Amino acid sequence: MSGVVLGSQSEFEVPTPVVVIQPTRGWASLQLRAVWEYRELLYFLVWRDLKVRYKQTALGVAWIVLQPVASMVVFSGLFGVLLKVPSGDVPYPVFLYAALLPWNYFASSLTRSSTSIVGSANLITKVYFPRLIIPLAGVLSGLVDFCIAFLILIALMVFYGLAPSAAAALLPLFLLLAVVTALGFGLWLSALNVRYRDVNHLLPYLVQIWMYLTPVIYGSTLLPERFRWLLALNPMTAVTEGFRWALLGRYLADARAPQPLVLVSVAIALVVLASGLVVFRRTERTFADII
Amino acid sequence: MSDIAIRADQLGKRYRIGRAQQRHDTLRDALVAGVRGPLDRLRRPKPEEARPEEPAGSIWALKDISFEVRRGEVLGVIGRNGAGKSTLLKILSRITEPTQGRAEIHGRVGSLLEVGTGFHPELTGRENIYLNGAILGMHRAEIDRHFDEIVAFAEIEKFLETPVKRYSSGMYVRLAFAVAAHLEPEILLVDEVLAVGDAAFQKKCLGKMGEVAREGRTVLFVSHNMGAVLALCDKAVTIEAGRKVTEGASRAVIDTYLSSMLATGLTHSIAPARPDGMEAWVESATLECDGQISTTLPLGGTLAITVRFRSTIPTQMPSVGILVSSVGGQAVLNSNNIYLPSRALPSPVTEGVVRCSLGQVPLMANRYYVSLWLGIDASAKHQFLDAALTFEVVERDAWGTGRLPTSRISDLWWPTEFAYNSAQV
Repeated sequence: MSGVVLGSQSEFEVPTPVVVIQPTRGWASLQLRAVWEYRELLYFLVWRDLKVRYKQTALGVAWIVLQPVASMVVFSGLFGVLLKVPSGDVPYPVFLYAALLPWNYFASSLTRSSTSIVGSANLITKVYFPRLIIPLAGVLSGLVDFCIAFLILIALMVFYGLAPSAAAALLPLFLLLAVVTALGFGLWLSALNVRYRDVNHLLPYLVQIWMYLTPVIYGSTLLPERFRWLLALNPMTAVTEGFRWALLGRYLADARAPQPLVLVSVAIALVVLASGLVVFRRTERTFADII
Repeated sequence: MSDIAIRADQLGKRYRIGRAQQRHDTLRDALVAGVRGPLDRLRRPKPEEARPEEPAGSIWALKDISFEVRRGEVLGVIGRNGAGKSTLLKILSRITEPTQGRAEIHGRVGSLLEVGTGFHPELTGRENIYLNGAILGMHRAEIDRHFDEIVAFAEIEKFLETPVKRYSSGMYVRLAFAVAAHLEPEILLVDEVLAVGDAAFQKKCLGKMGEVAREGRTVLFVSHNMGAVLALCDKAVTIEAGRKVTEGASRAVIDTYLSSMLATGLTHSIAPARPDGMEAWVESATLECDGQISTTLPLGGTLAITVRFRSTIPTQMPSVGILVSSVGGQAVLNSNNIYLPSRALPSPVTEGVVRCSLGQVPLMANRYYVSLWLGIDASAKHQFLDAALTFEVVERDAWGTGRLPTSRISDLWWPTEFAYNSAQV
């Protein structure tokens, strides 16, 4: 939309920023520098999200723990006990929770970021700031919940007497892949949502169906070998399977180190992120007019 | 360093309106169009020619606006509602993009299109100061530095740790303005944020604005309160129907603007279009002067407004508000039935007529605008029709004395009973 060009004074003087406002044609720059300049706003939006989320709830922050634990209990009963989904030598609740944890992060971050722009209509029509900050805040604020829910995982592993393998050091990388995937799809959907509110209706089903297509309640080994490449098209497969491998690899006979197929997942996530950024930037200029 | 703070060059903004445009507002439409598009292009080989320069169903909200604001200057932008003032402000604030033209802004910009943008009702006063400050572009250190001043200005010391949803509307607005007032940009773009709060606070806000202007900061001030523009601005421009009409010293520009307002017609009846997303709306409104549908009110005459409304849900008597402002934008009279007892009807209705009898209105000869609000209690949204009706009070020798009260002394005359009592009570 417009760029901030620093004036031509020497670096020791305070430069006068010059803002040029004109119609953008074709490709807009990503303005990642502007996002950096507004990092404090990003911080405050994440902070607001966290502060507000559990205000005026009786259980407060306990919800962060209750939600995944309740899902774990229900899923363990259904899929672990009744349907006897194989989980190797690992008790099914831990097997499940190790994947449910990053999945929950992804699902809530995707939902939050996809609805974030429309939810911030009052800001979009009244104040300027790089709009990228809004979906970005939606993705980052879920990390705090993730960290707290992670403590439950540790408790579970201690309870069942399971020790993580050294590969657990790679967990942040898998989490990063989940962040990138959530942000990439979040950018696409939040930009689409401004014009097509269909996204609001689509989102719950998308998240639900996506979960069944991702090895969360089951392991990828449940699929015949020749079909497994299909799972790799979904970047979240690499995340959930990666979490299991990094944490429980030594107990899962058929858990293997990430295959080259993981690279396909990573590549897809990066393509979605890059294209999401471009689409977002291209539609951003009309947000205030059509929101 | 140049001494120009803002330079606008041929700025224009086109909006698409109505149904003429090709909208794909549901995904299905877009998908269908996505499939059809290439086929259509095959059939029509020259899409460029098929696209006219100005698509049907679009309007220029702003066209060919050029002006310069020097460093330290305070420029007022005046014009009627819908003239394009706010669009100009939105373009300069980078909220929306111009369709054509170019503008340059030299310096750090702060824009205030409303006060309290991004306030979160669940957060406390303290938390909202930081959040709102960050949204307005302040750095954390800056907010820290001004924190005590902001709290003192807003007069909310005791309620700092209370969620703002429990604030009275006055406290809320004061806090919101206080944060905004401590923004320290080199260039400030302000919309009519002063039209908030009680009279005392408005005065305080105006004072603060004057302070900002005197500190040598550049201000672009959009308003239709001529008094405020005159008090704050050295220069002014008038925008009408998206174009700049006059530019110059604010006194001269305002005089021209007011006389052009006087030259335009008066409106005694309106039938506004149904607004989007409202549960209740005004179907028509009519002005009655001395019992007749008219725009001319003889001095001392009676005024009534008939409002025909509709509602999508059965409702009690709707809340109706009337604001009469003088041609200069000064509100002179305000009336609202929400403060009155017993608005129950025998049974809820979905349409009806509310007759608002103002009786004898104590207005001096001048031109006045009537703005209307309408809403139902179940809904927070109220329809606001700004300057919907106009009337003119004409002088007349109401008391047969051959003397006319003059509007040069005050906006109101008052029918006072002057009774003589002898000195010894």
